[in-house]
Amino acid sequence: MAELIDIANRVAGWALEGEAVEAFVVHQRETEIRAYEGDVESLTSAESQGIGVRVVAHGRQGYAYAGTLDQRALEETLREARDNATFAEPDEFNGLAEPDGVEPADLDLFDASMADFPTDEKVALAIELERLTRAADSRISGIESAEYVDSRYESAVATSTGISSLTRETGCYLSAYSLAEADGETQTGFGFSIGRGPGMLDPAKAAADAAERATRLLGAVKPETGRVTVVLDPWVTAQLLGIIGHTLTGDAVQRGRSLFADRVGEQVAVADLVLVDDATDPAAFTASMVDGEGLATRSTSLIDGGVLQGFLHNSYSARRGGTRSTGSAVRGGFKGAPGVGAQALTLRPGTRSQAELIAGIDDGLLVQGVAGLHSGVNPVSGDFSTGAEGLRIRNGELAEPVRELTIASTIQRLLLDIEGIGADLEWLPMSAAGVSVVVADVTMSGA
Amino acid sequence: MLDHELINRTLGTALRTGGEFAEVFVEDKRSSSAMLDDGRVEELTSGRDRGAGIRVVVGETTGFAHTADLTEAGLANAAEAAAAAARGGGGGVREVSVTRVDGPRPTPARIPPEDVAKATKVELLSLADAAARAQGSAITQVSARYGDSRRRILVANSDGLLAEDDQVRTLFSVSCVATGDTGLQTGRESTGRTVGFELFDEADVEEMARTAAGRAITKLSARPAPSGAMPVVVGPGGGGVLFHEACGHGLEADLVAKSASVFAGRVGEEVATPLITLIDDGTMAGEWGHFTIDDEGRPAARNVLIQDGVLTDYMWDHLRARKEGRPSSGNGRRQSYQHLPMVRMTNTYISNGSDEPADIISGTESGVYVAELGGGQVNTATGDFVFGMTEAYLIENGEITEPIREGNLIGNGPEVLTRIDALGNDFAMGSPGTCGKDGQGVPVGDGTPTLRVTSLTIGGTAA
Repeated sequence: MAELIDIANRVAGWALEGEAVEAFVVHQRETEIRAYEGDVESLTSAESQGIGVRVVAHGRQGYAYAGTLDQRALEETLREARDNATFAEPDEFNGLAEPDGVEPADLDLFDASMADFPTDEKVALAIELERLTRAADSRISGIESAEYVDSRYESAVATSTGISSLTRETGCYLSAYSLAEADGETQTGFGFSIGRGPGMLDPAKAAADAAERATRLLGAVKPETGRVTVVLDPWVTAQLLGIIGHTLTGDAVQRGRSLFADRVGEQVAVADLVLVDDATDPAAFTASMVDGEGLATRSTSLIDGGVLQGFLHNSYSARRGGTRSTGSAVRGGFKGAPGVGAQALTLRPGTRSQAELIAGIDDGLLVQGVAGLHSGVNPVSGDFSTGAEGLRIRNGELAEPVRELTIASTIQRLLLDIEGIGADLEWLPMSAAGVSVVVADVTMSGA
Repeated sequence: MLDHELINRTLGTALRTGGEFAEVFVEDKRSSSAMLDDGRVEELTSGRDRGAGIRVVVGETTGFAHTADLTEAGLANAAEAAAAAARGGGGGVREVSVTRVDGPRPTPARIPPEDVAKATKVELLSLADAAARAQGSAITQVSARYGDSRRRILVANSDGLLAEDDQVRTLFSVSCVATGDTGLQTGRESTGRTVGFELFDEADVEEMARTAAGRAITKLSARPAPSGAMPVVVGPGGGGVLFHEACGHGLEADLVAKSASVFAGRVGEEVATPLITLIDDGTMAGEWGHFTIDDEGRPAARNVLIQDGVLTDYMWDHLRARKEGRPSSGNGRRQSYQHLPMVRMTNTYISNGSDEPADIISGTESGVYVAELGGGQVNTATGDFVFGMTEAYLIENGEITEPIREGNLIGNGPEVLTRIDALGNDFAMGSPGTCGKDGQGVPVGDGTPTLRVTSLTIGGTAA
């Protein structure tokens, strides 16, 4: 197969007079192995590729894609994108990214050993993960899933405006969902381990986490409704940051969909809060050298000292906002044009451990997991309500497990009600890092 | 879509390492969409995805590979990869001869979307934008989306099955932002059916836009939702997702087999109040979760899951049914040729009761009326589920009064089923949904008449 970058350059080179063409080409190999009862339940070996073409002509934008890279499909896709553009309405800010002189960070995101890692060893890892999870605690009654997944991903972006960039990265993870049972009651827990290459995977940690998260919820009760101080587990904080990230994009602001519009320079969070989006951080699993439009990623300060600093931009929202792209174009695959989004959000960690944070709380709740964030948090209005499970905190110590409850506030209030941030910063398989966060005065709905 | 002899040879290759079962799934999907936002038709997108997924089963192990290369060589490579993934003890040559099943024929779309001019599709968006903005200056942003897809599939397997389907779906949605003294609020309305462009013979996009705008404007004056457990009346149509989460997922045989469902081992037991009859029905022509054959070649079926409160059956795919020595229930579905099929819902609904909806509301002293639900999520092992309320009101002294802000509801499936004490006679299907499971999304429908749950926990902030 021809090199991806060559394919992308070739298609971008087909641009006609008066139009700009962007080609985004991807190729990915994946292995997914599920283990069950000591055997392989399924083994998927997948190879996929595709191209997405964006055409901008006379301020009108069109997009088309194909799940194959053969010559005829490339030509057809460009033709179709060109035709689609004629039906869109013009926008003076439409256009493609142009080289801006920012050099991409030199990141090592590709573990060459992945290609040589034998399938048998992948299978062995999945089976070992399942065995360790079952063995971790006598109350583990079953496994919902235990899997090994890896991928080798390559993508190229080229435009007729001078962009030509290639990304290669590898990644793999182990994840286990366990079932724990006691007195006829079942609870579930998950654990995972993630890395650029299989050498970084730790099945024992994934198994232990999956078992502990499930067993410590056994005997959970529905709590009384009331207001409490909550400690968000790093996993929960990362998910919440992901949603807050949506509100901090130039796109959301310009379209009147951000609760932070017109608030740059204002105090939007507690005084010591620092929020940064930085895909150049090599520790982030979502680190990348270039964004979805082929520009170098960079570190963007969003909140500093509790004060809103600015927003994330791709080339469109930057043009429209009269500013520069922050290298924040994100793509959900080759089937659509890039949007704007956070890539690696992180809160500046504090100095205390989670246990130390808990020790300072008389009446609280450690939120171990949330459910329904996507339906319960409205990033436009800021209304925040989510299903939760976890452990009550009484007199500075973890107490009984609780379930079938919700916690609610608003994003606006939540950022101002933060009373502490832990030292336990941890990069997770999502576009944000986790860290324990203490939030005062959150409504807990239960019985 | 593929020559029979080529299918036979590919299945033969797939079985070469001793596989007991092999299957070729071919898909050719064309999609197009158009998006309006910020007062402008921003972009049209169209694309094509075409390929084959090959699976081989040996004992308890499934091997799977897929390819976008539908030539003899491409299919052979994928078949070998799938076979290697599921190595059996035996080997040797097994002849396969597929035969066309005289199954149900796909209902052709009356107006195939590819026959409709792009300009005509785009026009709908502008109509919706204008109609929403005409609802008042409080409407500060409108986005609208048109989408259609035509998905042709072919399924052939080593049992000799050969079946094809041609699925056309059309979707339209409008989202509005209203701005007021209390900040921003959102409202949405969508419709989607397994039909062609004739969708718009019935669906009035301007009416949809007014509904979406009205929802956003109403919420500007909404009070914070209450918190705690209380009676909840769920309105017709939009409440169906409650059952999708509360018990639908828990009745999927793959989760049941792993004891990852609170409903495992409970067939024949009374799991709900006698008012409740729950049906999953892939045959409902035109509905969002409808198809002629599932993604394993099995004809869509109407399956009664709960009859008058008694659990009668689970939903099954090929693999789980084969293990139990029973037929699949036509619930084997997959997102695309790049995915393994698994047990999925189709159109899931509660059939009509006999209560007058007005009596259900007037008979509720105080509580919450939920007119429209957003997405939900369930932990099938514990039965705990949540879903978002996107349009809800307080019930005070038997009357629907003030609107309340968005929030989640939380409950436990088995408990909620036993707490339904009133069921209306106003059955309706709800909005089109995409159900996610193990990272795969498939279109599903749901429906319900008005009903009351005696106690559900509302996750608001007000006391």
